[in-house]
Amino acid sequence: MPAASDFRALERANRRETVILVGVFILLFVAIGCGFDFIAGTLQIHQGHLYGAPVFMVIALIFASVQSMISYFGGAPLILLSVHAQPLTPDSSKHQMVLDVIQEMAVASRLPVPKAYFIPDSSPNAFATGRNPQHSIICVTQGLIDNMDREEMQGVIGHEMSHIADYDIRTMMMVAVLVGGIAMLSDFMVRLSFFRSGDRDSDRDSGGGLIVILIVVLAVIAPILSQVIAMAVSREREYLADASSVEFTRNPRALLRALQRIAETESPLKEGTRGTAHLFIVNPLAANADDEGGFLANLLSTHPPLRKRIERLQAMLGAPAAATPASGGV
Amino acid sequence: MIILLIVIAALVVYVIAAYNSLVSAKNNVDNAWRQIDVQLKRRHDLIPNLVEAVKGYMTFERDTLTQVVEARAKAVNAPDQASRLAAENQITAGMGKILAVMENYPQLKADQSVMQLQEELTTTENQIAFSRQAYNDAVLTLNTKTEKFPGNIIATNFGFKGAEYFKGAPEDQAVPKVDLGLTPRA
Repeated sequence: MPAASDFRALERANRRETVILVGVFILLFVAIGCGFDFIAGTLQIHQGHLYGAPVFMVIALIFASVQSMISYFGGAPLILLSVHAQPLTPDSSKHQMVLDVIQEMAVASRLPVPKAYFIPDSSPNAFATGRNPQHSIICVTQGLIDNMDREEMQGVIGHEMSHIADYDIRTMMMVAVLVGGIAMLSDFMVRLSFFRSGDRDSDRDSGGGLIVILIVVLAVIAPILSQVIAMAVSREREYLADASSVEFTRNPRALLRALQRIAETESPLKEGTRGTAHLFIVNPLAANADDEGGFLANLLSTHPPLRKRIERLQAMLGAPAAATPASGGV
Repeated sequence: MIILLIVIAALVVYVIAAYNSLVSAKNNVDNAWRQIDVQLKRRHDLIPNLVEAVKGYMTFERDTLTQVVEARAKAVNAPDQASRLAAENQITAGMGKILAVMENYPQLKADQSVMQLQEELTTTENQIAFSRQAYNDAVLTLNTKTEKFPGNIIATNFGFKGAEYFKGAPEDQAVPKVDLGLTPRA
């Protein structure tokens, strides 16, 4: 594997990103807790001096730390639960084939064999998750199993194995679970702050209104921020994983044909949520994965356009017509 | 004096690091070889089942089947690595032919247990190919480390030798993928 050292470099980058992510997450919670302290009056400013005990800030710190620990050790089961995945067993010849292909790609990438799961959904898609290669999971949809032949399945599983090899799965898992947490908390905050501002009107309306606005702004920003994180850590990875998949299978045609087939049969995945979209091999939220969209759509997308990925794979094949549209085919 | 000490210390650190990286490269090769070995043994175990399953059907592939069975016997009793690998390559070539021909027998494909066996054979063939690929990558790393200067000085002094590549049969190199289009599309 000439890429062994590349994988180590990517693993280091992923470790750094995970640490930053958890750090930002905890800081965000501490800031929100601080806001709560001012609302509840447990922290007060009198003539430039700070009084009181930051009860909510400490609670938020503990909550965020515990949440990070849960995300690290229990993130994969949580994700599997949220997309309604079931263990993949050799109960049919197609399922046996998928299990065999996972074994094959584990041999090719010299990694432990990941646990296999599937989502009973007809949209073709797949993702990998887990905290390290020893605790990794590959999950495919029934639609992928039905639509791919063996060679195409190798391409897709090879793509997922390379996410496992370079620890993308850990970063992506932390993003998924922590983003879900932020979305939940901001919803909760919006409800709480409306409730509080209602009964506060009768008392006084000086500093309270400002803080409520602050809270609302935070509640609006938090999901956007989480979205920005998700897309920032995701898009280059897809190109890299496509390239590594080709290295494992030594067969650019495998993944190329798989992506072309997915582009043909694209339909949104019901189980794909805002929190988990970035995990999948193709964007489960896009109505049409071929959709290129404008600058803003590109900025907020967790995935590069499928057409560009197909083009890059065609270039690897050495096809002279690499720049022509995907419909040109191979 | 201090400079001399620093130079000696740096040299010792380098030798230790180079030695350790040679050890791990060699262990990688051994480990990768064990992976291939597991798959080759699995294939040996599957061949009698294959013979049993297709006995009644494939009259005209009799030659290939006999060839595979003979090559298996040769591989099991091979006196050395080179002759064993040659025999294994013969099995690989024969197996590719048999798996391709199986597609032309609707009676075979209707048989659930034969289909299962075919899947098992296909994945074994693929795993042999992929583990060979991983093994050759490991050999490339080890050989580069033992040949490149100044690592080669340490390699020679501590008795590290490069390893042999696992080369495929000529047919095998012409058609690198065993399973291309073998599985019927759903």
